[in-house]
Amino acid sequence: MAFESLSERLQKAIKMFKGSGKISEEDLKAPLKEVRMALLEADVNFKVVKDFVAKIKERALGAEVQESLSPSQQIIKIVNEELTALLGGTQVKLEVSPTPPTVIMLVGLQGAGKTTTVGKLAMTLKKKNKKPLLVAGDIYRPAAITQLEVLGEQVGVPVFALGDKVSPVEIAKQALEKAKFLACDTVIIDTAGRLHINEELMNELKDIKSAVNPHEILLTIDAMTGQDAVNVADAFNKELGLTGLIVTKLDGDARGGAVLSVKEVTGCPVKFVGMGEKLEALEPFYPDRMASRILGMGDILSLIDKIKDTTDLNKALEMEKTLRKNEFTLEHFLEQMQQVKKMGSLDTILGLIPGMGNISQKLKEANVDDKEVDRVEAIIKSMTPKERRNPSVINGSRRKRIAAGCGMRVQDVNKLLKNFEESKKMMKKMQGMSKFASKGGMKLPFMK
Amino acid sequence: MGFFDRLKEGLSKTRHNFTDRIEELVGLSVEIDEDFLEELEMILLTADVGGVTTEKLIDSIRQAAKKKEISSTEDVLPFLKNQISEMLKDDGQRTRIGAKPTVILVVGVNGVGKTTTIGKLANYFHLFKYKVMLAAGDTFRAAASQQLKIWGERAECEVISHAEGADPAAVVFDAVKAAIARKVDILFIDTAGRLHNKTNLMNELEKIHRVIKREIPDAPHETFLVLDATTGQNAINQAKVFAETANVTGVVLTKLDGTAKGGVVVAIKEELGLPVKWIGVGEGIMDFRPFEPDKFVDALFAKDE
Ligand SMILES: Nc1nc2c(ncn2[C@@H]2O[C@H](COP(=O)(O)OP(=O)(O)OP(=O)(O)O)[C@@H](O)[C@H]2O)c(=O)[nH]1
Ligand SMILES: [Mg+2]
Repeated sequence: MAFESLSERLQKAIKMFKGSGKISEEDLKAPLKEVRMALLEADVNFKVVKDFVAKIKERALGAEVQESLSPSQQIIKIVNEELTALLGGTQVKLEVSPTPPTVIMLVGLQGAGKTTTVGKLAMTLKKKNKKPLLVAGDIYRPAAITQLEVLGEQVGVPVFALGDKVSPVEIAKQALEKAKFLACDTVIIDTAGRLHINEELMNELKDIKSAVNPHEILLTIDAMTGQDAVNVADAFNKELGLTGLIVTKLDGDARGGAVLSVKEVTGCPVKFVGMGEKLEALEPFYPDRMASRILGMGDILSLIDKIKDTTDLNKALEMEKTLRKNEFTLEHFLEQMQQVKKMGSLDTILGLIPGMGNISQKLKEANVDDKEVDRVEAIIKSMTPKERRNPSVINGSRRKRIAAGCGMRVQDVNKLLKNFEESKKMMKKMQGMSKFASKGGMKLPFMK
Repeated sequence: MGFFDRLKEGLSKTRHNFTDRIEELVGLSVEIDEDFLEELEMILLTADVGGVTTEKLIDSIRQAAKKKEISSTEDVLPFLKNQISEMLKDDGQRTRIGAKPTVILVVGVNGVGKTTTIGKLANYFHLFKYKVMLAAGDTFRAAASQQLKIWGERAECEVISHAEGADPAAVVFDAVKAAIARKVDILFIDTAGRLHNKTNLMNELEKIHRVIKREIPDAPHETFLVLDATTGQNAINQAKVFAETANVTGVVLTKLDGTAKGGVVVAIKEELGLPVKWIGVGEGIMDFRPFEPDKFVDALFAKDE
C-alpha cells in the first residue's frame, strides 16, 4: 500500500521517544532525526520536511504535561495533528457552478494519468446523476483522442472531439456550446501532458483558461513523483491558479511524499486520489483519515465507506458497532474477508483495518494473493459457530479437526488464529487511545 | 547541437540548483565539518539520489577527508563527481543485436514512456537498416495499440496487434511467430503499464516471458525497464520487483528534459547493479540518447558558460 514504509518508519521513530514527564530537547534529538529521514526517504520535499520537524519540535517542547498521556502518546498526537494539517485538514469537494455547465480542466505532466482520470471523474459524476461531457483536448499524444473516446463509451457519456488539427483552445470553446446543446451539466477537459517549463504549451493552457473560465483547474500528479513534485505544482499553480490536485497511482507502494508536499507548497487541496486502473477507482481525499493511515492506525471510516458501497447499510452499521465495541469475532473476520472479494484488492482493504497493514505486508512477503481469502474462508467454515464466536476454545485437538475438515494443515489454522489475534489486539489499542483522545481532543477514525 | 549540449540543455535545470548550491556551500564553509556534510547530504537527497546512496557518498567524502585525499571544500565537487561517475559506469554492451530475431521486451509502471521509447528505438534501428517489428502487448489500456500503430507508421515498421481485451500472451505468441517467419531482425514488445506491487499483473508479465522463451529459448535478449526521471525513491522499488520478475537487463530513463533531477539512477545502479542504457529527452522521435555516465555526470555538475 502507498505510505506503507513511511508509516513503518514514522512508527519506529515515535517508539524511540523515552522518558516520562515533560519532554526535553535531548529526548527529541534522535527520534526527530529519524522522523526527518523517514519523510525524506518518502520523497517529502526537503523544505517541507524542515518546517514539519521544526513544528513538531516546538509543539513537543511546549506541550503541557498531561497525566493521561505518556510522552510517546503525546508525540503521536502532535504528529497526527500536524500530518493532518499538512495533508490539508478537511476534505474539500468539487466546485459546482450555480449556472451549469461546471467546467473542469485537468492539467499535468506527461504520463501522470490525466486521460484515465477524466474517465474516472466522469464515472463518479455519472453515479451522482450528473451529465458530464468529456472534451478531447490532447491533440498531441498519438491516440489520446481515441483513448478518451473509448473511455467515454465505457462510462456511457458523450465525448467531444474535433480531431488533432484544431487547436485545443478552439476545441474547448466549441465544447462549451456543445454542452449547452446537449444539456450537460459538467464539462471535463482533458489536456495534453506537458512540462511546466515548456512556455509555449503553458501558454496554451492559459489561453484555454481565459477562453472557457474553468471552475476547477485540477493538477493531476503521480504519487510516485520525487522531489520535483513541488517545482511542478508550484509552476502550474503560478501560471494557472490551480483549484485543487488529484493524486494518481496511490495503489502503488510509493511513500507518497508528493502528496504531503504539494498541498503545503501550493496551498491547493487534494480533492481526489486514484487507487487503481478501473474506472471506479477514484476516491475523495480525506486528510484526517490519511494521516491515521500513515501512522498505522488504520482507516476505519474508509473501510466502512467501502463496505457501504458494496453491502447494505445495516450490515455496515453493525460492523461499525462491532468495531467500536471490540467484539470482533472470527465470524466478522470471515464476513470482512468475503466483503473484501467484492470490494477489491486484498492489499487495499487490509491497509484500512487497524493493525492489518502489517499483515498485508507479511502476506505479500509470503507471496500470498487473493486466493488467501478462499483459504481463510475454508478454515473458518469448518469451525463450529461456537468456535467462531469464541476462538479461545480452539485447543489442539479442535485445531486438528478444523484442519482435517478443510483439507489444510494445522499450521494454516494456527496462522489464521494468530492473524486474527493480532488485529484484535490492535483494535484494543485503538480503544485505549480513544480514551485520551476524548480528553486531548484528538480525532480518531473511530469516533465522530 | 551535439549530444553533450543537448543533454546539458535537458539537464540545465538540474545543473543550476545542484551546482549553484554546492558552490554556495563552498563559498560559505571554511572546512569540511559535520555541518557542511549535513548540508551536502540535503542537496543530494533533494536531487533524488536517495538515502542509502547519499549516505555512502557522504561517507566517502568523510573517509577521503580523513585520509587527506581531500583537504578543502573546493576538492569536494570534483571528488563527488568522480564518485558518482564511478558508480554509474557499466561495462556491458549498449543493446545486444545479434540473434535473429532479437527480442526486446519493454516493461514498466503506468505512463513512464514505454510506448514512446519503443517508437524512438524502432525508428533508430530502422534507420540503421534493421528490419523491425512491434508487438502491441498492451491490450488493457484504452487505445494503447492504436498509439503503438501510429509509432509503427512513423518508424515504418509492422505492428502485430489483437483487439482490446485480448490475452497479451497471445499477441506476443503471434508476434514472435511472425518475426521468425518474416525474418525480422528486432522485435520490440510493448506491455501494459503495471504497478509492481500488483501480483496478478506481475504474474501476467511472467507468463509473457515464458511464452517468448518457449518459441526462442534465449529470448528475450533484452528486457528494458522504463523509468520516469520525475519519479522519486519509488523507482528503486520498481527496479527491484521488475528485475526479479522480468529479468531486466537495462534501464531506459525518460523525461530528463524536465526539471527532475534524475538522481535516482545512481541509486539504482549502485544498489541493484542495473545500468541505464538509454535516456529520453522529449516527446519527438529523435528525442533520446544513449546513456553515457561521464557525460551525464559532467552535464549534471557542469557550470554555466
Ligand atoms: N517530456 C517527455 N515526455 C515523454 C518522454 N517519453 C515519453 N513521454 C511522454 O509521456 C507520456 C506517456 O508516454 P507513453 O509512451 O504513452 O507511456 P507508457 O509507459 O507507454 O504508458 P502506458 O502504456 O499508459 O503505461 C506521453 O505523453 C509521452 O509523449 C520524454 O523523454 N520526455
Ligand atoms: Mg503504453
